[in-house]
Amino acid sequence: MDNKQLNRISGKMLLEAAGNSIIKLSPDKMWAIPVMFTVEIGAILTTISLFFGIFTKADAAGIILTLHISVWLWLTVIFANFAEALAESRGKATADSLKKTKRDLMAKKVPDTASREFTLVAASTLVRGDFVMAEPSDVIALDGEIISGIASIDESAVTGESAPVIREAGGDRSSVIGGTKVLSDFIVYRITANPGESFLDKMIALVEGAVRKRTPNEIALNILLIALTFIFLLAVATLQPYANFLKSTFTVTQLVSLFVALAPTTIGALLSAIGIAGMNRLLKINVLAFSGRSVEAAGDVDVVLLDKTGTITLGNRQADAFFPVKGVGEQELAEAAQYSSLSDETPEGRSIVVLAKRKFNIREHEFGSTDKVNFIPFKAETRMSGVDLNGVMIMKGASESIIEYVKSKEKNISIPGDLQAIVESVAVKGGTPLVVAKDARILGVIYLKDILKGGIKERLQQLNLMGIKSVMITGDNPITAASIAAEAGVNDFLSNAKPETKLALIKKYQADGHMVAMIGDGTNDAPALAQADVGIAMNTGTAAAREAGNMLDLDSNPTKVIEVVEIGKQILITRGSLTTFSIANDVAKYFAIVPAMLMGMFPSMAPLNIMRLASPSSAILSAIIFNAVIIPSLIPLALRGVPYKPQSAARLLRVNILIYGLGGVILPFIGIKVIDMLLAVLHIV
Amino acid sequence: MNLKIIIELSFFFVLVLIAARPFGEYMYLVFTGKKTLLTPVFTPVENIIYRLCGVKKDDEHTWIDYTVSLMAFNIAGLLLLFAVIMLQGWLPLNPQKLGAPNAWLAINTAVSFVTNTNWQAYTPESTVSYFTQMAGLAVQNFLSAATGITVAIALTRGFTRKETKHLGSFWVDLTRTTLYILLPIAIFGAIFLVSQGVPQNFSPYTNAKTVEGAQQVIAQGPVASQEVIKELGTNGGGFLNANSSHPYENPTPLSNIFEMFIIVLISAGLIFTFGKFAGDLKQGRALFYGVFVTLILLVLCAAWSETTANPLLVKNAGAKVSFENGNTEGKETRFFGAASPLFSVLTTVTSCGAVNNMHDSNMPLTGLIELFDMQLGELIFGGVGTGLYTLLLFAVITVFIAGLMVGRTPEYLGKKIGPTEIQLTIAAAIFSSILMLLNSAIAVYVADAVKSVANPGPHGFSEILYAATSAAANNGSAFAGLNANIDFWNISLALEMFLGRFVPIILVLALAGRLAVKKATPASLGTLPTNDALFAVMLVMVILLVGGLTFLPALSMGPIAEHMNLFAALK
Repeated sequence: MDNKQLNRISGKMLLEAAGNSIIKLSPDKMWAIPVMFTVEIGAILTTISLFFGIFTKADAAGIILTLHISVWLWLTVIFANFAEALAESRGKATADSLKKTKRDLMAKKVPDTASREFTLVAASTLVRGDFVMAEPSDVIALDGEIISGIASIDESAVTGESAPVIREAGGDRSSVIGGTKVLSDFIVYRITANPGESFLDKMIALVEGAVRKRTPNEIALNILLIALTFIFLLAVATLQPYANFLKSTFTVTQLVSLFVALAPTTIGALLSAIGIAGMNRLLKINVLAFSGRSVEAAGDVDVVLLDKTGTITLGNRQADAFFPVKGVGEQELAEAAQYSSLSDETPEGRSIVVLAKRKFNIREHEFGSTDKVNFIPFKAETRMSGVDLNGVMIMKGASESIIEYVKSKEKNISIPGDLQAIVESVAVKGGTPLVVAKDARILGVIYLKDILKGGIKERLQQLNLMGIKSVMITGDNPITAASIAAEAGVNDFLSNAKPETKLALIKKYQADGHMVAMIGDGTNDAPALAQADVGIAMNTGTAAAREAGNMLDLDSNPTKVIEVVEIGKQILITRGSLTTFSIANDVAKYFAIVPAMLMGMFPSMAPLNIMRLASPSSAILSAIIFNAVIIPSLIPLALRGVPYKPQSAARLLRVNILIYGLGGVILPFIGIKVIDMLLAVLHIV
Repeated sequence: MNLKIIIELSFFFVLVLIAARPFGEYMYLVFTGKKTLLTPVFTPVENIIYRLCGVKKDDEHTWIDYTVSLMAFNIAGLLLLFAVIMLQGWLPLNPQKLGAPNAWLAINTAVSFVTNTNWQAYTPESTVSYFTQMAGLAVQNFLSAATGITVAIALTRGFTRKETKHLGSFWVDLTRTTLYILLPIAIFGAIFLVSQGVPQNFSPYTNAKTVEGAQQVIAQGPVASQEVIKELGTNGGGFLNANSSHPYENPTPLSNIFEMFIIVLISAGLIFTFGKFAGDLKQGRALFYGVFVTLILLVLCAAWSETTANPLLVKNAGAKVSFENGNTEGKETRFFGAASPLFSVLTTVTSCGAVNNMHDSNMPLTGLIELFDMQLGELIFGGVGTGLYTLLLFAVITVFIAGLMVGRTPEYLGKKIGPTEIQLTIAAAIFSSILMLLNSAIAVYVADAVKSVANPGPHGFSEILYAATSAAANNGSAFAGLNANIDFWNISLALEMFLGRFVPIILVLALAGRLAVKKATPASLGTLPTNDALFAVMLVMVILLVGGLTFLPALSMGPIAEHMNLFAALK
């Protein structure tokens, strides 16, 4: 997805949104936002009373006021619709470009994985389980899993990322997404989604907002707003009988105006825009949330599980030192270490070669033609790798593995007494010890150091400030884990982690009442992703992981979880702040409208007009105009979200209360007074 | 206002401040079944009661069982009380030979006492026998108070228990409240009041000849025993028509202080009981200071308003009346100064409704405060139990709005506030307001009701609004000047009292049930603190804003208009 697309509001979008805000006036659509629906009814009532007034030739001043109020009430409703329409239009633009990708895809269907004879069919006819082959410049027809072959694929149509990715059969990177393009090589993939249920379909539906359901918190806030609207409606409706007792009466315009001023219209108008905009902000950082509920849950998360490798530390460890055992020179160890790593193409292996070169200027060995060289690659069973050089075995590996290995070579070999101490000292530093042996003789230990990712400490500190506990997950032993945990500043760690222990940990935190977020990519992450309250799957991950998570990170950046949490919080903060602002506004509107309404009945009420508004009519109109124009003025804030900086809840509350609470009380006093002065200058009422 | 008034007020508030916390902690021990000083005395009694009633002590209720038990108990009490009133002519202890009153009046009275309202459309001296007073009304004074407290405790358990359906046993809570909390203070208090001169006898009324030679009937009876629970249980129904302004109910300054003190004692204490249950007294302290400071401000306003004489009187009477005389109409001379306005505010912020001066005669602004106190939901300490649970409802609303502002799904004591919770909360919080607004609007269209109003204009409207407010809030105090004993008021106010009492109770118990089954999120830096001053301030703001926005238009047409008119007339 093109990020810029989401940032820009084009003139066309504005125009479209304006058109939609008129269409949304239809009562069956308004009904979805009860607060604004009541305002629309108010507008209808004043409009009727306007015509009634004209036909019965009521007094001109009253008619003019009713005219103005009617216009501004209609505008209030339209402004509210506009906010929602504008928020939706951003998603629509993205959806349109995705739809273009999807259109008219053809597939080379093959009967089985071995066959190369394809029939060209439309993607829409494919069903789950079909086999399809793809060659360079073919577009993947539908989501699937590679059965054979390897290919580089351009996923920019979906992710916006232009660098191609490698996908291959087997392992954790075997899934392909419909709409992406094969750049090189050849693959056969099995369809894993039915048409209409593919990833692309889901994405289109998501960004269009077609499946946007209200989140629990939004529903709860809506209930509160409806209840307030109802009680204010009753408070205003009963005024007419009360006036009756006092042998007086109010006009429809007065009553409707008071009600609209009281009803929480500002938040009512912006509520759904805030939700839609929140989803859009997630899209902007290339995260797809499959449910609004998970976005909200992200704000609530108080435990975050972070994989050590790739999140807290760089993926690759680097050799940092050689520690020979007693009686062995460091150089001898370095040389042996280098030999053992010559064939080791892993970053760790390369770093050993480089370290040896740097420290002792040992050049990479060129093997002569007489040398009988046999490389022994790393195997999961032996947990060692090395080289057989002219019959001399030079091996490196985990300490237990090497000890076992040398014992198997010479039964009565004595293990150097200081080896254990060296191994432990490396582990305590958070490093990984690799023991090097030449035949049955143990030479010493290579210290592989974990390198913290740049900026991760600050990120973790921010989490701390937000009251979120960070837990590092690692397969390392407890000593190594503790050391890295302390260095990075995570609150807790899980060492010797296996998929089951990860799942159990999540369940344990949840049982204690915590909300847990995690990010994962492998098939074995799937259960944990499904269990977590916020499970972010990486786009490079397996189909199983992507199915299990409730969010998908298109960039596959494991630190993204922190940004997701921030956006989740921001949505709630925006909602809360605008609610506070909306209700706080009522105070000033009260002081404008109530005295104005009652002055006809009780002239003695005049001193309560503390804003010194020009006349009762201009007081009422000023309040209604303020009430209307505050909605479009706040649309940018609703769409952008209230600025959020990681900090403690107590401090955050103080700041927001001050701005939106106190500010919400003061601002309308000023606003209404200014509008009143303008009205007086323009001689409007 | 002068120094004397400030000292009187300070003395009272310090008394409340000292007593609330220890008493709250004592109540915590009672409701958790822990040992107290009174345990050896009352445990045997308690066990006998359980055995007689077939109650198993450890049999805890779900919210539905709790509600069913509570409703069954209260409806049975209602029917019994109605029967006692109607049959009093055949029952003992009736020296005045009083017969059955009008059936609507009897229903209104029965509902009134079962709902802890004690709205009195009748004149006690000439309507109810000693038996009705003691075995009927006073019994309900105890039980309705205990009922309210059980609901508050159930809601407290809902907030503080985790993943359970059980809210405690209604029968055990009811019994313990009555035995360990209400009875000891009632017994001690009655003896104290007798020492101050309050009568406690079964004698017929005395016919006396006054100094001037006129005949006077002096009503009396078992006053002291009923007087204490009237205040302690925030009931408010006087043994005598003049209520606590009558020298037989409230003879001395000491008895006046005592009565005011026990009006707020339980409600103030319960807030700390809540804090104790929450395992963090600060949670209680924040709520307590929020309402305590608000109460002081309200009292100061009322005291200021009442200690300034009616400006019209000053203007017309020339030098004979000055502003320093204060507003003396409707007051006992012994309660001049702070004693009357303090009592008036206390009785309306709680659901008590006892009076030691006539609210109808207060200055308009005092009337405004009295009305507003009730309309806020009676949560500034509030009625026994009802005050705490209403305050907690508003705490939930506050947490909901403020919690969003810190970027988390709102939670109170770790319990997440979702759609269902907010639905139950807001419905329970505004239900009484709906009744108040509706019934006062209906009354305007009922000819009899309009005729029952003594005064035209804003003051007359205040009288209507006051009646409708007092009933729905289960307060029971009256803005006299309204003839309440007509069918319209008897029926509509009985309905208001019944619905205004039990609909919120059922909603609150449902909320308690919902909360109890939830997990509790452990507090962290990301949690909204609900135990500090900022939360207390926000809570008060939310209370004032919701109440103010709902009722200020109506109040503008009553007391506010009256006040503005009064001062405008000076010019």
